[in-house]
Order: sequence, then structure tokens, then C-alpha cells
Amino acid sequence: MEVLKQELKENIIEQLNLEDITVEDIADNDVLFGDGLGLDSIDALELIVMLDKNYGIKLTDPKEGRAIFGSIEVMAKYITEHRTK
Amino acid sequence: MNKIYASYNNIISSLGFDSEIVVQNIQDKNSGLQLIEDKAILSQPFYSSIINSKDLYANFKTLGIEGDFTRLEHMMISSLSKVIGEAKIPINNRVGLIISTTKGNVDVLDKNSRFSKERAYLSVLGRVIKEALGFKKEAIVVSNACVSGVLSIAIAKRYINQGVYDNVFIVSGDIVTEFIITGFNSFQALSNEPCKPYDKNRSGVNIGEVAASILVTKDTNALSKEAVVVLGEGSSNDANHISGPSRTGEGLCRSVKSAIKESNITFNDIDYISAHGTATLFNDETEAIAFNRLGLNKVPLNSLKGYFGHTLGASGLVETIVGMHSLQNNTLYTSLGFSELGVSKPLNIITETTSRKLDTFLKTASGFGGCNTAVLFQKVK
Amino acid sequence: MNTKYYIKSFCQIKDNKISLNKSVIYKNEDTLDFLDFIKTAYRSFEINYPKFFKMDGLSKLAFLASEVLLSREKINTEEENNIAIVFSNKSSSLDTDKKHQESIQDKDNYYPSPAVFVYTLPNICIGEISIKYKLHSENSFFIFDSFNAEYLLEYTKSLLSTNKAKEVLCGWVEFNGIEYEAFLYLVSKEGTIAHTKQEIIKLYNT
Repeated sequence: MEVLKQELKENIIEQLNLEDITVEDIADNDVLFGDGLGLDSIDALELIVMLDKNYGIKLTDPKEGRAIFGSIEVMAKYITEHRTK
Repeated sequence: MNKIYASYNNIISSLGFDSEIVVQNIQDKNSGLQLIEDKAILSQPFYSSIINSKDLYANFKTLGIEGDFTRLEHMMISSLSKVIGEAKIPINNRVGLIISTTKGNVDVLDKNSRFSKERAYLSVLGRVIKEALGFKKEAIVVSNACVSGVLSIAIAKRYINQGVYDNVFIVSGDIVTEFIITGFNSFQALSNEPCKPYDKNRSGVNIGEVAASILVTKDTNALSKEAVVVLGEGSSNDANHISGPSRTGEGLCRSVKSAIKESNITFNDIDYISAHGTATLFNDETEAIAFNRLGLNKVPLNSLKGYFGHTLGASGLVETIVGMHSLQNNTLYTSLGFSELGVSKPLNIITETTSRKLDTFLKTASGFGGCNTAVLFQKVK
Repeated sequence: MNTKYYIKSFCQIKDNKISLNKSVIYKNEDTLDFLDFIKTAYRSFEINYPKFFKMDGLSKLAFLASEVLLSREKINTEEENNIAIVFSNKSSSLDTDKKHQESIQDKDNYYPSPAVFVYTLPNICIGEISIKYKLHSENSFFIFDSFNAEYLLEYTKSLLSTNKAKEVLCGWVEFNGIEYEAFLYLVSKEGTIAHTKQEIIKLYNT
């Protein structure tokens, strides 16, 4: 799980072009959207693509994504339970 | 300032190759949308309105125009040549050409395309159309997302008022490509059924393709029977988000107010609204909020996306042309796909094709980049 | 109709240099590709706007050139600032279009990116600038073979004379994946350079 969380942080920074943010800046329970990392609706769509590409998880309802992308902790848990690759 | 008119027009679409035929199909509630199974475009089936290529090329042959043209160029030249023919205006230095499109010949970027990648440049598309139809001045290509088509009418009017041109021909077009469909699919914006603008069960857009053309002129001798005065127009950016519409409808409200201010009419004078209505959750909701803020919630309104799908840069022009015929025929056309209101504010959606004396209509459009455009049209008195 | 308009300020970005009203305000002697150059320039101006890093090449170029001009205007985003934006170029969003096309070329295994796709429209860069400065103004993006002073001049004059805009930020922002060039100017009632075709061409060519 710790490895996955680290991997998620690295991928999020890379995929979402969070240039001035480091892995250390993101705590496992930090809110990612809204006030947290300031992510927006395009970032949410981008994370849906990431879930599909890296973990074989297909989300078709963006609203579902919002819950899963609550924090790194929540994401890691969901991925662990649902990953197909 | 001169009165500026929108006059002779044409639509090339899955509902026909002529404005009158297309409008008759709309009157009869025939949709051009159908389920497309084409794995070269998308791995799963999708709803779209696509022009029959065989008919398009057969129709093009009758024009006697020689050259190696792309699919979009075939559509655009077919459409515009018809309007030029009907308008009988000699093409000289006082006649401008506006081309409005979002993606032009983007299909040539595919590695399997037989056309050179150069054709993807919109300025090259402009040159091809200009030369095929004998225009004298460089084409003005407008690429401003999904407001391009209706914005082009405002732009034509502005250039005529500036004295740059006496007449401007606009041709607007976009095609259904793997490029566009996969993009909208990555946005999770595609509906897996025929779209339902403003409806409770709406689930996204269908992308369609059309080419549409129109003459914008100050010459009262160059008016078709359905010609209208371009009363006023305005555009405004939401300044909110590059892909999501503003939750308050700010840009849309401002664009309508700007058009009203210029036209010297009041909100009460608007008989009909031809809205954008893409059938995404957020777009339709934003429009409902904006029209309520403007006190336009009782004005009969439709979205024509249920007939053509969302035809991107061409949508605003094709919908304006249908609106002109709506005035001419004194008929409000059904907003196809709608059954139960699914936005948070009331709107007067047209649910039955109705005869009604019509004088003035408002056309609005919104697009990525936060852009909004509104244009008011009125019957020629 | 008789109001006189002037070019209040202008900015050029090309050949690893950024200039404001003809004076070079940033240059980088290193051999950098465009994306490294524009990022280094952004850093040097100390603009704190993390969204910059999410933009595509065309938006970064247009954003920075606009920033050079608009940051001097002391714009209060709480107030009405009716500055229209009228941009033009040759390549539209072709650099980003190619990226999206590459991402879908392998039909059996593709993951097109929404964050790339959204930039496959040239006017997105106008949206970015409008968001930064809260400009609810007129927008238009034109495509020409090369810089077309006359079309820009007449369109700008129209926006100003009909009171659709108080000022107009306009010009050329071109990025084709390798080559880049921005030439933006702010048209206003204030200023000393006449807003004429000759002056615009002269400034563009310096």
C-alpha cells in the first residue's frame, strides 16, 4: 500500500503537471480537489484515464470519480480492491 | 450605420443538401442521428449524424469544379457554391470570404490519410476554398470553438460596417472524425443514445457533421425570401474555466445583453430562442440559469442538436439558418429529444411544432475556452 | 467614430528574447527548445500561477506575452475591465492536435488525454488569459497564412467604435511545435503610436 501511495503521488504530479509540488507536499489524507491541491474537472478526467491505463479500472461516471479521488489514502484503497492489472 | 442582412443560405447535412429540404425534415421531426458502428472512429458504437459520402460526391460532380479535395472541402464547396449561385453577386474585391471551423481537415493527420499533412492548416483550407470558388481576397478563417459559426455572422457584419466589404460569404463546417469522437469520449461527454437537450434523462452530446453557408450583405437587392436583419450581436467570455461552462451563466448573460443593447429592442420583443442545448448536464443547466437571469424563461426555446447532433464550429450557423426559416414559416419547431424538464430553472421548451406569428429570434452558442455569442435577428420589414 | 486610438504598448517573443516596447526585458543565450525557454522566462518574471504548467505551448506563449502587457495595467479584477482579445496565427493548435492524434493512432491500445484534447482549439489560450484577469470580454481567434495587419486593424476598430470594448489586446501568437513567435499589442485611447496599418506592420517587423 505504501508503495502504491508513493507511486500515485509521483504519477499525479507528473500527469497533472503539478510543477511546484513534490511528493512530500502531499499527505495521504490531503484533499486533492477544491482547496487541497486545487485540482479541477479536467484533472478528474485525467485521473480516470490514469486508473484505466495503469490499473485497468474503468470508471464511466465522473461523479463516482469524485468520491474515489478524495485523497491518496482513499484512491490507494480503491485501487487495491479493484485493480485488474 | 447600415442595416446588415443574413440572406441566401444552404445546409449540407444528413437531413438533406438544401435548407428547405432540411427544414421540411425538421418540421416532420426526422432526426439525422443514427447509431454508427465504425471501429475506425470509436471502438464502441455511438450516435452521430453523418453525411452519406456517395451522395456528397455525386452532388459535387454536378458542380463541375475540378480538384483533389478532402471530404470537408467537398462539403464546404458544395454548400457555398450553391449560395453564390443563388445570390448572383459577382465575386470582386468588395466580396469577403469567412470560413468558420473548429478542426477543419484534421482527419489528414491520421497516418492512413492520402492527403499531405499541410492540408491540416486552416489557412490552407481557406486558400483551397478561395481558389475553388474564385474569391479575390484572403479568406478570414474563424476558429473560436463552438461559437465559430454564429460569431462569423457578427464578424461579417463588423467588416461590412467598417467598409472593408459590401458582401461577405460565410461557409462553416466540421466533420465527424476519430480525432473528435475520441476526444469527447475522453471527456465522458458522449451520450449512448440520441441526445436529449434540457431533459431530465439527458446523458451527453452526439457529435454530428454539416456544412452551412450564408450571404451577409448590406445590399437590399440581394435578399432571399427568408432574409433577416442582423439586429445586434455580442460575445463574452465566462472567465471561469477552459472547458466547463460558468455555473452562473455570466458570459452568456452578458453576450445577450450586448446584443440587445445594440439592437434597440427589449427582451420582450424576442419571440423565439434558438439555444445551444448540447445535452450535457452542465451546459443545459448553465443556459437555464442564464435565460432565467435575463427574464427569458417564458420565451419558446429549442435546441436543434436532436436533429443534427452537435456540429461544433458549424452548429451556430446551421441553427441560425433554421431559425431564419422558422421566422419565414411562422413556425416553432419541436426541440427533439425533450420530454421532461431536467434543469433547475424553468424554460419554455418547444414540445410541438406550432404555428405562431414570429418576428424576432435570438441565437446563442457557447464553447470551450469560455466563449459565448448571441445574435438577434428580425424579419425584413 | 472620430475617437483616435493608439497602440499603448506592445510585446514580442521570438528568438529566445522577450521585448516590451522594443526594449529587451528577458533573453536567454542558452540553446533551449521553446518549452524550456518559455518556462525559464516564466520563472524569471516571478509570476505565481501554477496553471501555467498545465497549458499547452500555444497557451504558454500567449499567456506570457499577455502577462508582459497586462501586468503593467494594474488591472483590478474586482472591477469591469472591458479589454477584448483578438488573436491570430497560422498553425491554430496544430502542435497539440498532433499530440492528440498520436495518442489515438494505435487503435487497440489507446488512452487519449482530456487534458491534451481540451487544448486542441486555438481560442483556449484566450480563455486562459480571460480567467487570469477576469475579462468577460469579446473574443475572436483568426487564422491567416501570415500576419495580417489589415484584418486585425479593421476588426479592432470595429470593436472600439461600437463600444463593444474599451481596449483591445490583439496580435499574433504562433507555435508549430518548433518555431514560435508572439507579437501582441494593446490598443487604447491612450498612447503615442497611431493605430494604423503602417505602424502595426512597422512594429511587427522590428
